[in-house]
Amino acid sequence: MNLFRNNADFKLDVLREVGNIGAGNAATALSTLLNKPVDMAVPTVNLLPFEKISERVGGSEAVVVAIFLRVEGDSPGNMFFIINREPARRILQDLLGFSAAENEQYTELELSALNEIGNILAGSYLSSLADFTGLRLTPTVPSLAVDMAGAILSYGLLQFGTMGDDALLIDTTFLEGQEDTDGHFFLIPDPDSFEKLFRALGVPI
Amino acid sequence: MTDVDAMVKVGMADMNVAEGGAVLKTTGLGSCVGLTLYDPGLKLAGMAHIMLPSSDIAREGQLNIAKYADTAVPELVKRLKARGAALDRLVAKMAGGAQMFAFMSGTSDTMRIGPRNVEATKLELDRLSIRLVAEDTGGNYGRTVELSSQSGVFVIRSVQFGVKEI
Repeated sequence: MNLFRNNADFKLDVLREVGNIGAGNAATALSTLLNKPVDMAVPTVNLLPFEKISERVGGSEAVVVAIFLRVEGDSPGNMFFIINREPARRILQDLLGFSAAENEQYTELELSALNEIGNILAGSYLSSLADFTGLRLTPTVPSLAVDMAGAILSYGLLQFGTMGDDALLIDTTFLEGQEDTDGHFFLIPDPDSFEKLFRALGVPI
Repeated sequence: MTDVDAMVKVGMADMNVAEGGAVLKTTGLGSCVGLTLYDPGLKLAGMAHIMLPSSDIAREGQLNIAKYADTAVPELVKRLKARGAALDRLVAKMAGGAQMFAFMSGTSDTMRIGPRNVEATKLELDRLSIRLVAEDTGGNYGRTVELSSQSGVFVIRSVQFGVKEI
């Protein structure tokens, strides 16, 4: 991307900080919700070929639980909260206080709870980002899908699709207690949003 | 691995051609369309993983013609013809074009991208007078598809509905 011709390292650092602040607040919200500690890894910021993006969550055919919402306002983009099925089950158990069904189908209640978790987390991610940048950022109503990662993530790549075959992804990984990776926060700002984001933060273009 | 088992992968916004029993495969179709063209006489198969309906919206410098319905279909036909395929023998099958997420408010064009990909692909097939013999499009779920160059059978896998052949 042309935008990264100057000060590329600094700009990537700024985007990492965006992920840090947003996901940090979301992790705190999740921790409060579950009443247990939730850690997060340092965000990674990469320009990735479309194919590689779903590899972050186990591959194009891996079945994941995903909450998707569109960010509207000054700096539009796409946001996903993605968890694999096993950690989703654990989170539901923590939250609802009973063991989720063993089969692959989620009940209405479980789906509704997952959607609400996504809503709360994305809301805290975005509001902290809006505070930090002074930009107006509003989430659409979140939408939930349990399906192949490739099919889900392709929705977040459409805006980049008209520009080329790569997308810039801000990825933050969650860890709940001692367990392995539990979830991912993907923020994929629209290609035109980066300039606004950098301007808002006083980063020289 | 014998030639019969050979798997030819088609990535996102990508296309490929296979023959001699090889199987074309593309994974995780959501709003994207997996279009296949098959010449039963030559047992020659082609597959495109189409992401967007029209190259009119392209802002990329180097156009990836496999990405857009209006450019991918003619290009796939061209590549099959180069291997000897006859236009009047070609039959098309397609899957995908789902609407993965249902939004309460504002059904914007971006959200309807699946159905639009399907429409644009059909329009292009019509224009080239290629028969669409089978399709499994729409819905709200992801699909992985395979086309056998041996039989022309199109296999569709989804999380909710398992395996289906058309």
